[in-house]
Amino acid sequence: MSVLHFIVNEILSSAPLLVGIIALIGLIALRKSISDTVTGTLKVIVGFLILMGGANIVVATLTPFGAMVQSGLHLHGVVPTNEAIVALAQKSFGAQTAIIMALGFIVNVILARITPAKFIFLTGQHLFYMATLLAVVLGSAGIVGLNESILGGILLGTVSTIMPAFVNPFMKKVNGNAGFALGHFNSLGYITSAAIGKAVGKNSRTTEEIKVSPKLGFLRDSLVMTTITMIIICVVLAIIAGAHSLASYTQGSNYIMYSLTEALTFGAGVAVILMGVRMILAEIVPAFQGIALKIVPNALPALDCPTTFPYAPTAVIVGFLASLIGGIVGMFLMGPLGLALIIPGMVPHFFDGGTAGVFGNATGGRRGAMIGAFVNGLLITVLPALLLKFMGSFGLANTTFGDSDFCWMGILTGNISKFGVAGAYILIVIICAILLAAASFVTVRNNRRPTSDTSISA
Amino acid sequence: MKILAVCGMGLGSSMVLRMTIESVLKELGVNASVRTSDIGAVKAESADIIVTSSEFATLLADKKVPILTIKNYVDKQEMKEKLLSVLPKEGE
Repeated sequence: MSVLHFIVNEILSSAPLLVGIIALIGLIALRKSISDTVTGTLKVIVGFLILMGGANIVVATLTPFGAMVQSGLHLHGVVPTNEAIVALAQKSFGAQTAIIMALGFIVNVILARITPAKFIFLTGQHLFYMATLLAVVLGSAGIVGLNESILGGILLGTVSTIMPAFVNPFMKKVNGNAGFALGHFNSLGYITSAAIGKAVGKNSRTTEEIKVSPKLGFLRDSLVMTTITMIIICVVLAIIAGAHSLASYTQGSNYIMYSLTEALTFGAGVAVILMGVRMILAEIVPAFQGIALKIVPNALPALDCPTTFPYAPTAVIVGFLASLIGGIVGMFLMGPLGLALIIPGMVPHFFDGGTAGVFGNATGGRRGAMIGAFVNGLLITVLPALLLKFMGSFGLANTTFGDSDFCWMGILTGNISKFGVAGAYILIVIICAILLAAASFVTVRNNRRPTSDTSISA
Repeated sequence: MKILAVCGMGLGSSMVLRMTIESVLKELGVNASVRTSDIGAVKAESADIIVTSSEFATLLADKKVPILTIKNYVDKQEMKEKLLSVLPKEGE
C-alpha cells in the first residue's frame, strides 16, 4: 500500500512529473532511442517548471495592475492572455490538466477513427489551454478527482474533433483543399466571420488586391506585441488612476515609471512561459502526431491558425484592425452591462482577428473580412467577461482566456456542472453525442461536394 | 546541421513546419536537428537554414543563411524542393 500511496501522492499529483510521464509514454510508443527518450522526458519536466516560474513573474505584475484599476476606476480590469492564466492555474490544477490533456487526445483519436469527422487536433498549446480551462471550471464547480479527469477528457476530445469539422467547409474555401484542417480554439469566431461574409459580401472584391507594406511582419512578433500592449495599457491606466492608486507598491518611486517597468516585466514573464510551453510541445506534439497517424492514417491534421495566413496575407492585417476596433467598442460596452473591463490584447486580436479576416474574405471579400472580424472582436471581448464567474478563484484574476471556444466551452461546462456529478455525466454524454452527430453530418455533406477530400500524412 | 522553423509565437505553426521538415529529411536520408523558434528570439539563435512563411522573410533579411518561405505548411513536395535547393550536395 505504501508504494501505491507514494506513487499517487508523490508522483501522480506532481504536475511536472506527470507531464514528464505522459511524454515518456509517447516517446516509448514511438520507439525513440534511449537517449532521445531520456532527454525528451527531462526537457518536458524542466519546461513545465520554467512555465511555473514564468507564472510567478506574471502574477507579480498583475497584482499591482489589478489594484490600480480597482482603486482608480472601481472596475475589475482583465487583460485576456491565455499563456498567463494557464500558467497561473498550473499550481492548483496542473496534475488534472495533464491527465485531461492525455485523455482528451485519446478520445480525439478514437472519435476520428469511428466517426466520419476524421480530424486530429495537433495545435498542442490549445489542447493544453483547453485542458486547463476544463480542469479549472470542473474543479471549481466541485467535480474533482477521477470524475473530473474523465469528464474533462470526454469534453476535450469532443471539442477537438467537432470544431475542425464545423470550420472545414469554410477552411476548404480558404486553403483550396490543401490537405489540412484548422485546429484553433477560436473557431466560433471564424465560423461567425465566414457566415457574416457570406451574408454581407456580395460582389465585394478580395482583400488581396489591396497593397499593404511588407514591413508589417512585426505585428506577428508576439513578445513585442504583448509588451507594447501592456506598456500602453499600464501607462494610460496609471495616468487615469493617479499616483495614489499605486502608492502601496511604488515605495516612493515615480508611479508612471513603476507601471512601465511592470509592463516590461509582464512581457518578460510571458516570454518565459512561452519558452516552457515550447519545450513541452516539442516532445508531446510529434508523439501525438505519430500515434494518431498509426491509428487513423486517413485523418486530416487540424493545425494552428497562422497556417491560413499565406493564403490571404492582406486579409490578416484587415482582420486584425477590424477585430481590434471591435474589441475597443466591446470594452466600452462592458461597463454599462455591469461586466468586468476586458482590455483588448494585441496578440489575441492579431491571431484571432487576422484569421477571422481570412475567413470573412474567403466568403465575402473586403466587406466580409472587415465586418466578420469586427464581430469576432466583439465576441472575444464579451465572452471572456461572461466566462469569469465559472472560473472559481481564478475569476478574480486580472487575466483570463482570450479565444471564443475556451469561453463558450467554459460557460457550457460550468452550467452543466451545476447538476452534480451524475447529472454532469448524463448531460455531457448527450451533448457530446449531439455535437458529434452534427459534426459528422457536416463532414459527410461537405465531402460529397465536387471538390474531393485528399487526405495527407503530414 | 541546424534548421530553425520560425513563426510568430514559436508554438503551433513552427511545430507543423518542424514535423514536415523532419519527415522530408528522413525521406532524403539527411541528418539535421530541427528546432522551433519565434520571430523575436530567432535573431539571437544560430542556424544553417531558416524555414518560415513569407511575411517573416523581410524581417530575417540580416540573417546570413538561406531562408525558405513556405506557403503550404504540410506540403512535403514543396518542402522537399525548397530544401533540396539549399542543402549541400553530396560530396561537398
